[in-house]
Amino acid sequence: MPEVLVFATLNGLVTGLLLFMLASGLTVIFSMMGVLNFAHASFYMLGAYFAYSISLYFGYWTGLILAPLIVGVLGALVERYGLRRVHQHGHVAELVFTFGLAFLIEEAVQFFWGQDTKNYQTPDLLDFPLFTLFGQEFSAYRGFMLAISIGIFIGLYQVLTRSRVGLIIQAAISHPHMVANLGHNVPLIFTAVFGVGTALAGLAGVIAGPVLTTFPGMALVLGSIVFVIVVIGGLGSLPGAFLASLLIGLLQSYAIAANVGMPDLLALLGLEFPRSHPLDDLWTLNLSQIAPILPFLLLVLVLIFRPTGLMGKREQ
Amino acid sequence: MVHSFFLARACSRLLSIFLIVLASSFSIQARAQDSEPVRIGFMDPLSGPFASIGTSGLTVLQFAADYLFNSRGGILGGRMIEIVPLDNMQSPTETQIQFRRAVSEGLRIIFQGNSSAVANALNTAVTRHNRRNPGQEILQLNYSAVDPILTEENCSFWHFRFDAHAVMKLNVLTDFIAGNEDIQRMYIIGQDYSFGHVVAETSERLLREKRPDIEIVGNEFHPIGQVKDFTPYVTKIVASNADAVITGNFGADMVSLARSIIDSGLDIPIYTFYAAYDGITATLGTDGKNRIRLVHNDSANPIPTGERKQFYRDFKAAHPDRDVTQPRLAMALSMLVQAMEQTGGTDPYELALALEDMRFTTLSGEEVWMRGSDHQIFQDLHVSVQTDEGIEFDADNSGFGLLTEYKVPAAETIVENRCEMKRPQR
Amino acid sequence: MKALAAKSGVWAGYLAVLLLLPLIFDSILAISIFNQMAIAIVFALSYNMLLGQGGMLSFGHAVYFGLGGFLAVHALLMMENEAVYFSIAFIPLIGGLTGLLAGVFIGSFSTRKAGTVFAMISLGIGELVAASSLIFTGFFGGEAGVSGDRTFGPPLFGMDFFSDVDVYYLAAFWVFVSTVFMYLFTRTPAGRMANAVRDNPERAEFIGYSARWVRFISFCASGMFAGVAGGLFALNYEFLTDENLNLVTSGRVLLMAYIGGLGFFIGPIIGAIILTLMNFLLSNYTELWLLYLGIMFVLTVLFLPRGFAGFIMMHRLAWLRGSLHTLALPYLLTGLPALLFVLCAVCLLELSHAAEPVLHFLGLSLARDSVTVWAGLLLLATLGWYLTRKSVPGLRRAWEAANAPDADAAREQAT
Repeated sequence: MPEVLVFATLNGLVTGLLLFMLASGLTVIFSMMGVLNFAHASFYMLGAYFAYSISLYFGYWTGLILAPLIVGVLGALVERYGLRRVHQHGHVAELVFTFGLAFLIEEAVQFFWGQDTKNYQTPDLLDFPLFTLFGQEFSAYRGFMLAISIGIFIGLYQVLTRSRVGLIIQAAISHPHMVANLGHNVPLIFTAVFGVGTALAGLAGVIAGPVLTTFPGMALVLGSIVFVIVVIGGLGSLPGAFLASLLIGLLQSYAIAANVGMPDLLALLGLEFPRSHPLDDLWTLNLSQIAPILPFLLLVLVLIFRPTGLMGKREQ
Repeated sequence: MVHSFFLARACSRLLSIFLIVLASSFSIQARAQDSEPVRIGFMDPLSGPFASIGTSGLTVLQFAADYLFNSRGGILGGRMIEIVPLDNMQSPTETQIQFRRAVSEGLRIIFQGNSSAVANALNTAVTRHNRRNPGQEILQLNYSAVDPILTEENCSFWHFRFDAHAVMKLNVLTDFIAGNEDIQRMYIIGQDYSFGHVVAETSERLLREKRPDIEIVGNEFHPIGQVKDFTPYVTKIVASNADAVITGNFGADMVSLARSIIDSGLDIPIYTFYAAYDGITATLGTDGKNRIRLVHNDSANPIPTGERKQFYRDFKAAHPDRDVTQPRLAMALSMLVQAMEQTGGTDPYELALALEDMRFTTLSGEEVWMRGSDHQIFQDLHVSVQTDEGIEFDADNSGFGLLTEYKVPAAETIVENRCEMKRPQR
Repeated sequence: MKALAAKSGVWAGYLAVLLLLPLIFDSILAISIFNQMAIAIVFALSYNMLLGQGGMLSFGHAVYFGLGGFLAVHALLMMENEAVYFSIAFIPLIGGLTGLLAGVFIGSFSTRKAGTVFAMISLGIGELVAASSLIFTGFFGGEAGVSGDRTFGPPLFGMDFFSDVDVYYLAAFWVFVSTVFMYLFTRTPAGRMANAVRDNPERAEFIGYSARWVRFISFCASGMFAGVAGGLFALNYEFLTDENLNLVTSGRVLLMAYIGGLGFFIGPIIGAIILTLMNFLLSNYTELWLLYLGIMFVLTVLFLPRGFAGFIMMHRLAWLRGSLHTLALPYLLTGLPALLFVLCAVCLLELSHAAEPVLHFLGLSLARDSVTVWAGLLLLATLGWYLTRKSVPGLRRAWEAANAPDADAAREQAT
C-alpha cells in the first residue's frame, strides 16, 4: 500500500492547499470586518467561469491573470455598495446578505453561462505528466497548483508580517478605531482587503476549474467546507486556517484511501450482527463513504469542546 | 391597541391583494373540446442545478410534437398537441406540487424522466390519486427513469416505461465486456444511492455469471454530488491494477471521475450510462476518445434510416445549440398518438389499454414492444464509444459523438416479468 | 377592554380567513397552495422564534422539520400496517414531539453560545443529519424517501382525508393553534427574556437569568413547532425525502422569515405567503424565477432590513397622525416609474434567455431578434430608472413631512 499512501498524501496536499487559498481570504476578511462571507466560494466559481470565457479568446494564461482581477474588483464593489450598507443592521444582516448573494451568484452564473458543464481545459504547456510513481502519473498541472498555492501562502505571510500595509491590516484587525484615529482610511482598507480576499478565491477557481470541473454547482460543493476550515482553524487565525486546510485535505484523502469501515471494527471487537438488523446501514458503513462529511463532524466536535477553534484566540 | 388594529388593517389589505392575484391565476380548465389542443404535461427539472437535462428533453419533445404531428395537420382529426412544461427541479417535493398543478389544470398525461426517486414519487402520487379520484385518472409516461422497481415491485397500471431499465442495460453492457478477453480486473465505482447500488450489485452478479475469471478488484460508493476531487478514488483504482471501470455516475460526478482517471494517465476503458451530451462530450473531448463506452437504447452513428437523419437535421436547424439527447421521447409521443388514434380520444384508461402490448416501428426502423404485463418497453440496445471518426451527428457541436460498436436486438433483451399488477376495474 | 376586543377581533379575523379561504378558492391548485402555505407559516414562525426573538441564526432548522416529518410518516406507515390505530389529527403532534426531543438533544450543547458559534454548529449539524439521511436508508428511505398513506385512520367529523380539502381544515386547525401558542410564548417570561438575551446577554445574566437556559427554552420550543410543520407536511404530501431536512430547506425558511420581516410576529407569515405564491405561480411562467427570487432577497436585505412587515410598520406613525394619505401621490410618482423599470428589466432578461423567437409577455408579443424591441425596452428601462431616481427626493420630503410632529399639531388645529 505505499503507493496509495504517497498519492493520498499528495492529493491531500493539493486539495488542502487549494482550500487554503479560499480560507485565507475568508479568515482575513472575517478577522477584520467580522463578516463570515457565505458567498466566498461563489467568487471562486466566478473565477473559474471568467477564466474559462477569457481562455476561449486569449488562452489560459491571460485568464489566469485577468480573471482574479475581475473577481477582485467585483468583490470590492460588493463590499463598497452592499456589505457596507448592510453593516449598520448588524452581523446577522451581513451574514444573511452574503447568504443571499451566494444564491444570487449561482443563479446569475446559470443565466449567463448556462447549466451544462464547461469545457475548461488545462493549458497545453502543462499537459504532461510531471512524474510517474508506481504506475500512476502526477500531472504537471497539479504540480503547478501546488506551486501557486504555496507561493500564495508565503507571499501572504510575508506581506502580513513584514510590510507596512500588513502591519496596518493587522492593527486594523484588533483595534480598528485606534487605526482610524491614527489617520488611516479604515473603510478603504476594508474594501481593499475584501477585494484581495475575493481575488484570491477567484485565483483558486481559475486553477481548480480545469481539474475539478467547471459547473454551476462547484461553489456549493466547496462553500461550506471552507467555512468549516475557517471555524476549525480558529476564526481570524491565518496559521490556523493553514493547519485546518491541510488537516481537512489530508483527512478526506486518507479516509477515501483507507479500506476500513464498521465491518472491520466489528470484526476487531469480535461482534457480529445479522444482515437484517435495523441498524444494518450503520454496521456496513465504510470510512470512504462518509469521507465528505467528516469535516462537519470535526466542526461540531471542535465547536463543542474548543469553541475558539484550533488556533483562535477569541470566541465569537 | 391601535397597534393590533393597524396590523389587522394591513393584513386585510395584503389579503385582498393576494386574493386578486390568486383569482386571476386560477381558472379551471374547461373540458377539452374537439377543436381544442391535446394538452400533455412534461415534468422535469427546468430550473435549478439539474435543469440542463430537463430543458433539452423539453426541447426534443416540443420539436417532436411540432415536427411529427402539428405541422402535418395535428391528431384526432385536426387537434394540435400542446406540451405544458411542469418544472419539478428534480425534487420529490416540487414534483408533488407540480402534480397537483397538473391535476388542477386538467392535464391527464404526464411525461417524466429524470431521477428514479422523482419517478417513484410521481408513481406513488399518481396511483394514489387515481384510486381516490376515479374518472379523473392520470397517465405517467416515464421516458428515462431506470430503477427496475418501477416495473417490478412498484409497477402500476398507470405507469409506462419507454426506456430499458438498469438491469437490462447492464445485461447488455456485461455481455459486451465479457466478449473482451483483455479485461481481467474490473473496478466498480458509483454514487451512493439506489441507482448506484443497483449498478454495483447487478454488474458484480452478471460478471460473475458470464466471466467468472474476471476479478472485481474494487466496489466503491461515494456520496452523490459531494466529491470535489476524484483523484483519491482514482489512486485506489490505479493501486488495484484494474483494467476497466464500470460506473453509473451522471452529471458533474461523471465528468469529474472521467477527468481524474484521464489525468492520472490511466488508459483503461470506462463503461457507463450517462456520459454524453449536455457539455460532457465536449468537456471530455479527445481525452474520452475510445475510452468512454456507454449503453443506450436509441441508435447512434451510423444512423440507419433517412427519416431519422432528416429528423436530426431539422432539429439541428431549429436548435443549433442543442442535440437530440433523448430520441425515445419522439418514440414515446408517437406511440401515445397511435394509442389516441386507436381509441379515438384521450381517456387515460383507454390509452393505457391501447398501449399495452403495442408494437411500433421507430424512425430508425427498429421495432419495439411495450409489454402489457409490466408496462416495460423492449427495444434494441446499443453500446457505443466516444470518438470523432465516422461521426455524422456529433454531440455538443464538438466533432465528437457516439459510434455504435455492439447491438443487441430487442428480442434478446427481454427479462422475466416480476410485476403483479393491480388492474383497475371499469 | 378595548384593547382586548381589538386583539380578539384580530384573532377571530385570522380564524375566519383560515376557514373561509377554501370556500372562495376551491380549485385543486388553490387548495394545495393553501396547504403548502399552512406548512410554511408554522415553519417560518418557528424559525422566527429562534432568529427574530432569540437572536440565534440557524442554518439547520430543517433538521427539526424533517425529523418531525419522518416520524410522522412512519406513524402513518404503522397505521397502514395496523400496528396502531388513532386519528390522523394527532400526526402533527407526533412531529412536534420529535422536533422537541431533537431540540432538547441538540440544544443541550449548541445553545451554549449565540452568534457565529451557534450558526456554525447549526450548519454542521444540518450537514451531518442531511448526509446521514442518505446513509441510513432503513429509516430515511435514501433519496427515494419514505411514503405513507393518510387514509387508514378513522374518519374525523365525516372527513376521510381522501382529498386535500380535508387536510386543509386539519392543517388550518393546527396553524391556528400553533400561531396562538407561539404568540402566547412571546408573552411569557421566557419569551420576553429571549428578547433580552438577544439584545444583551450580559445584562440578562445580571438580573438573574441564565442566558443559556433562556436560549435553550426558545430553541426547544422552536424545534417543537418546526416538527409540527413537518407533521403537517407528512399529512399533506404523504411522503418525505432527504431534501426535507437538508440545507436547501433550511435556507428557504431563512429566506421566508427574513423577507417577511424578522422581529415582527406577523413577518414570517407574510414571508411564507409571498414565497409560497412565488414558488407555485412564478415558477410556471419563467425558468428564471430563482434568479428573480435571489435578486429580491438581496434587495430586501439591502433596502428593507426589517422585511415586508417592517415596511408596513414603518407607516404606523404616519397612520397614527392621520397623514398617511399625503404619501399616496409621492408613492405613486415613484412606484409607477419603478414598476416600469422592473417590467422592462424582467422583459430584457426573459428576452435574452428566450428559446423561442417570439416572447409573449403581459399580452405583448416581442421578437427576440429585433433590434427595435431591444432598443425600445432599454430606452423605457432607462426612462423608468431616471424618473424613479428623480422622484425619490420628493418621496423623502413627503415622508418626512408625514412623520413630522407638526403634522400632528396641524391636524389638531384643523379639528
